[in-house]
Amino acid sequence: MRNFLTIYRKELKSYFASWVAYAIIAFFAVVYGYFFYVATAIFVNQSFQSQMMGRGFPMDMHEWVIRPLMMNVSVIGLFVIPMITMRLFAEEKRSGTIELLMTSPVRDAEIVLGKWLAATTFYACVLAVSALNLVFLFIYGNPDWKPILVAYLGLLLQGACLLAFGTFISSLTRNQIIAAAGAFAACLLLWVFEWVTAYETAGWARVVSYLSVLTHFEPFAKGVLDSKDVIYYVSAIFLGLFLTVRSLESLRWRA
Amino acid sequence: MIKVEGLTKRYGRTVAVDDISFEVQKGQIVGFLGPNGAGKTTTMRVLTCFLPPTAGTARVAGFDVLEQPLEVKRRIGYLPESPPLYPEMEVREYLNFVARLKGIPKRDIPRRVEEVCERCAIGDYRDKLISKLSRGYRQRVGLAQAIIHNPDVLILDEPTAGLDPKQIIETRELIKGLAGEHTIILSTHILSEVEQTCQHVIIINKGKLAAPPDTVENLTRRLRGAESVAVEIEPRNGVPDAASAQRRLEQVAGVSRVLPRDGRDGRLLFEVESLQGRQVRAEIARAVVEAGWNLTELRPVALSLEKIFLELTASEQAAGGER
Ligand SMILES: Nc1ncnc2c1ncn2[C@@H]1O[C@H](COP(=O)(O)OP(=O)(O)O)[C@@H](O)[C@H]1O
Ligand SMILES: [Mg+2]
Repeated sequence: MRNFLTIYRKELKSYFASWVAYAIIAFFAVVYGYFFYVATAIFVNQSFQSQMMGRGFPMDMHEWVIRPLMMNVSVIGLFVIPMITMRLFAEEKRSGTIELLMTSPVRDAEIVLGKWLAATTFYACVLAVSALNLVFLFIYGNPDWKPILVAYLGLLLQGACLLAFGTFISSLTRNQIIAAAGAFAACLLLWVFEWVTAYETAGWARVVSYLSVLTHFEPFAKGVLDSKDVIYYVSAIFLGLFLTVRSLESLRWRA
Repeated sequence: MIKVEGLTKRYGRTVAVDDISFEVQKGQIVGFLGPNGAGKTTTMRVLTCFLPPTAGTARVAGFDVLEQPLEVKRRIGYLPESPPLYPEMEVREYLNFVARLKGIPKRDIPRRVEEVCERCAIGDYRDKLISKLSRGYRQRVGLAQAIIHNPDVLILDEPTAGLDPKQIIETRELIKGLAGEHTIILSTHILSEVEQTCQHVIIINKGKLAAPPDTVENLTRRLRGAESVAVEIEPRNGVPDAASAQRRLEQVAGVSRVLPRDGRDGRLLFEVESLQGRQVRAEIARAVVEAGWNLTELRPVALSLEKIFLELTASEQAAGGER
């Protein structure tokens, strides 16, 4: 437990020691802000029109603003996650500090868990900063905060799951660029799996679609918390972390 | 303290370490000597549990590297070939991190960090970023990292490689200062380093032990077996000339070879090698005196470890090394 915290703290600190971290946070918040602006603009426009046509004013803000926003944000995440994970193991392998970690009385699983949780914490910060945009909704409107919370939980789970795979890919190489490209490819793959259901309805297509991280995010975006989706994410996280631990072990054998 | 038996390590088809066995007793400083690519790093990586052996066993303080790696790791301090540093950290921050990683109790950490800073003479650099340190100081931080948990065994992989001569001397002194408290294995491809820092030497070449592990002195003596003697003769009025003196020395019973050397002030100097196990000094003295020549010096010459090394390992590798 203590070892895990040692790794976690070091990793988190080294995120914030670099300007890259702030660049990522800023990038995310700006893109988020743009999508937020677009979504609210459409919303305002629509509600204005519906009022003109004599329908009731309060359209569903969640349906019109939060949900499309969250779907977009989950896609931005795919671009940000490789930048967060690329360094984790690749850099330690390149610089040789992996020898320090792996010859210290620490278990491989503690190293992996510490690094992944630091990455997830950093991603949570990225999300938290971007969420400041939503303050405007609460100032000028009166949205229901519970579905927003659910959506954010979904974003975090989806992120944690992709981060686990990104960590795994980073452990396969000593080159950060390759680690980033690999993680991006994996994220993209897990994303586009969802598309197959658009033109294929056979059993296999549903299986492939089930594997997509986006399929499982949709209910969260709607504000629906379904244990089935939580289980999907949690098991995917386990799989990613398990693969990383195995990869570290095999690193010893391959060297 | 360390016991290695039949250790073999293969990388795919390359055999990096081939069936080596040795033991290191508590408190010894052992030099692990061999040319580049001999398998020194590989052996050390097995001892530190960074790599598993392909065959054979390695035990540190009675714990097997495969079966109880955590126990082994607790007792080992390791300085890899390139010090494992995080450039974005400050020295003190880095040492704090390593101290926690090595499982030092929280309340002891500040004291231990101070101690190793003092030990390794990096006290003035505590608050410097590691990326701003010179090569020599990085090496010291690397050493500080290796001894922070006061390990029983210190494993140092080429601790002086890439340093300038002044830094090399300082590092050697530092290592010698650590002797006694720790059992130390240090690898090097530089012979004088072993002669200067170590009591024991393990010579490895192409993954195999080139000679059984031994003390530096014993190894010198054992290889000497055949004695080598420097003979200096002062000629009077050009007698004897170099050729006849050499011929005379070659006739002495038990002499295998006579090598002319550069004498000073017109004196003749020869290095005379005896056959295995023969003492020839008395014979040489008698032969020279009986010929009526002036014997000005007769002294045994120690074969330097350097020579031994050249004899033990393929000479072209030693000569072509980066020294
Ligand atoms: N990771 C590796 N993969 C394949 N071969 C390796 C690896 N590491 C070392 N070797 C090979 O093993 C041999 C011994 O290397 P090493 O232990 O580094 O020697 P030394 O430290 O004595 O210079 C060399 O021939 C080297 O090429
Ligand atoms: Mg080496």
